Amino acid sequence: MQIADIRRRSRLSLRFPPERISAVFEAFDATVLARIQFAFTVSFHIIFPAFSIGLASYLAVLEALWLWKKDEVYLELFNFWKTIFAVAFGMGVVSGIVMSYQFGTNWSVFSDKAGPVIGPLMGYEVLTAFFLEAGFLGVMLFGLNRVGPKLHFFATAMVALGTLISATWILAVNSWMQTPAGFSVNEAGQFIPDDWWAVIFNPSFPYRLTHMVLAAYLTTAFVVGACGAWHLLRKTAPRRARTMFSMAMWMAAIVAPIQIFAGDQHGLNTLEHQPAKVMAMEGHYQSHPEGAPLILFGMPNSAEKRVDYALEIPKLSSLILKHSLDAPLAGLDTIPEDRHPPVAIVFWSFRVMVAIGFAMLGLGLWSLWCRLRGTLDTNAALHRAAVLMGPAGFVAVLAGWITTEVGRQPYTIYGHLLTADSISPIAAPAVGASLVAFIIVYFLVFGAGTFYILRLMARLPRDTMPELDEGPLRTAGVTPGPATANQGGHHGH
Amino acid sequence: MAIDLPLIWAAIIAFAVLAYVVLDGFDLGVGILFPFFPEKHDRDVMMNSVAPVWDGNETWLVLGGGGLLAVFPLAYATILPALYAPIIAMLIGLIFRGVAFEYRWRTQRGEFLWNWAFAGGSMLAAFAQGLALGALVQGIPVENRAYVGGWWDWLTPFSIATGLAIVIGYALLGATWLVMKTRGELAERARGVALRTALATVAAMGIVSLWTPFLEPVYLERWFGWPTAIFSVIVPLLVLGCLYLLLKGIRDRHDVQPFIAALGLFVLGYIGIGISFYPFMVPPSLTIWDAAAPDESLAFLLVGALVLVPMILTYTAYAYWVFRGKVDPEEGYH
Repeated sequence: MQIADIRRRSRLSLRFPPERISAVFEAFDATVLARIQFAFTVSFHIIFPAFSIGLASYLAVLEALWLWKKDEVYLELFNFWKTIFAVAFGMGVVSGIVMSYQFGTNWSVFSDKAGPVIGPLMGYEVLTAFFLEAGFLGVMLFGLNRVGPKLHFFATAMVALGTLISATWILAVNSWMQTPAGFSVNEAGQFIPDDWWAVIFNPSFPYRLTHMVLAAYLTTAFVVGACGAWHLLRKTAPRRARTMFSMAMWMAAIVAPIQIFAGDQHGLNTLEHQPAKVMAMEGHYQSHPEGAPLILFGMPNSAEKRVDYALEIPKLSSLILKHSLDAPLAGLDTIPEDRHPPVAIVFWSFRVMVAIGFAMLGLGLWSLWCRLRGTLDTNAALHRAAVLMGPAGFVAVLAGWITTEVGRQPYTIYGHLLTADSISPIAAPAVGASLVAFIIVYFLVFGAGTFYILRLMARLPRDTMPELDEGPLRTAGVTPGPATANQGGHHGH
Repeated sequence: MAIDLPLIWAAIIAFAVLAYVVLDGFDLGVGILFPFFPEKHDRDVMMNSVAPVWDGNETWLVLGGGGLLAVFPLAYATILPALYAPIIAMLIGLIFRGVAFEYRWRTQRGEFLWNWAFAGGSMLAAFAQGLALGALVQGIPVENRAYVGGWWDWLTPFSIATGLAIVIGYALLGATWLVMKTRGELAERARGVALRTALATVAAMGIVSLWTPFLEPVYLERWFGWPTAIFSVIVPLLVLGCLYLLLKGIRDRHDVQPFIAALGLFVLGYIGIGISFYPFMVPPSLTIWDAAAPDESLAFLLVGALVLVPMILTYTAYAYWVFRGKVDPEEGYH
């Protein structure tokens, strides 16, 4: 009530409303526009960490293998992916700076109220992660000749560690907003930390962190796998391509099933703490006292409170969520309508995520089968599928985040602070104009960056060494030198 | 409470912002100076001189923002809506110049685009920071824990003056950085630019300093009332001392002295602003203690800051040490 008053008053006090912009945005109110802006900027942003968390660890592994096995192929791959990492990391940094200020510009009431709890966690993220990454990134990118391999590896490891620490803190913040714990509210309406341990290790934090880090690893594995597969198909640098493809497929085969298990556990945790979100995911408008069906597909119809054209399997939802065929499951009819999340978005984004998860598992198992039969490097159908699955991780990560973020609406701090009560006292034209600016800039800048990354991936330098297991070269004994140098050339484009 | 946590945190945040201003100041300055160095070779060297450290420099800005949210949430929640447009402009400028570091090396046909992105983004970010500073000095009206001014309030002749002052000042930092990090004709040119921007910077500081006391009676009292008026004598004298060292350093062809003296100018300007501000966090509405988060939050983060900030300073210094000395023009981009 009080906040709404302030907002109304401050809106009246805006002295120079730019009329033309207002006309365009008068259909929207500031809250809707601020939500679109946050969704847009955070969606763009998450793509880069999802990739760089995994890639940083991959780089550390490659450099460790190089130091350990002294095989140049690992250094070559390290240098190849390092450049791509640099471009992606740069995009992550600049889109991340936007996030750290957007809380204040667009969600100032939220910032004032939640700042005492989430602010220190984000402060720790900067102190323990961002500086670590940034401090050692320069050494990692430019310093191999200056500091030597061992210190350089240390720098690479610090960058990788930094990305993981960063994920830990930011997931703690997000989880606290989803399942808040360890706080009380003071007379100014601010959330005050009572128990930091409870704040950080809030009920959904371990699940969310595991799910996200695994997602980042899988995302990277599928990008690396697609790049390797593409070069295997083009036969540009068989040894390098094979090495990265094989490493990526190991990751897919091992991590995809773990991720599905982790996701299931996360779902059960959500059912316990945010039941409305699971109801939206499942499309359960009505309660099912005698076992709920699993709706595979359908069209959620929020006006009629039912899923049209539903294709369902009886009782399976109860079995998955409650481990019993006849367990009763409550539906959205048990929750006041103004506390419902937007069902259709959550319902679909969840299905997209799960479908991709199983597709990843499928590719991982297929690669395992080919590996056992010795056709991992030669099965063109597998390679084409891997290329096709290259961007799958990004889509799954976005779909997953949409599920969890839209699913916790209408709250910013679940059960305690409504999104509508979190917004800054700013006018729709200001938010609208900045939204348009961000959309234009992001598509220009990150579009160009994606183009450069794809071009870098396409330019895998040819192998410098012969393939070890191809037997004697045709010209061996006559002119081994040129034959070696030519190895990649035979297959060149 | 025996320990005044808000005051300690105000000092830490002030340090983070100062660290940001001087560190990102010189690498933004290198971008601002791009138009004065049209040769591709010079621009490659200029960019290489800051490429390994710019990301760390910008992290201080994230600490400034994130730290403000953590320890002065009310200041964060009132300053950012008040400075909405300049903050968004700054972010967009930082996006363009930040990605230019990598993109510029990934294309030949598009290189000119990223040169513009780097120079234009640096200028936009610097100018927007100056606008924001000016708007903050002018004052931000707050009632009932919310900003109550208009959304064009930040745009005044004074804030435009501070915006230009920051652009000129960063250009000086960039020029003296190049004097220190480069050789030959490039360094020679940088000396010329440093000389001109040094005089312009001090002139801009003078204009802004003389203007400030007439914005708010509080500032007037602070600078001309006893005993604080003593600063009105000391600070300008030190500024002139720095200017002398800077000009002498350039004339005597010192590599490092001009940069250090330029940093000195920034530190003095910053202290001047600090003297005006104290004890306000959001002048003239909120003091440090009004805006502070509860002690539980301040104490929790302080423990980490006391351990981590010295570590950060150590490995940041190490990173600078690794890339010490003149930039080798032969050493290509990674």
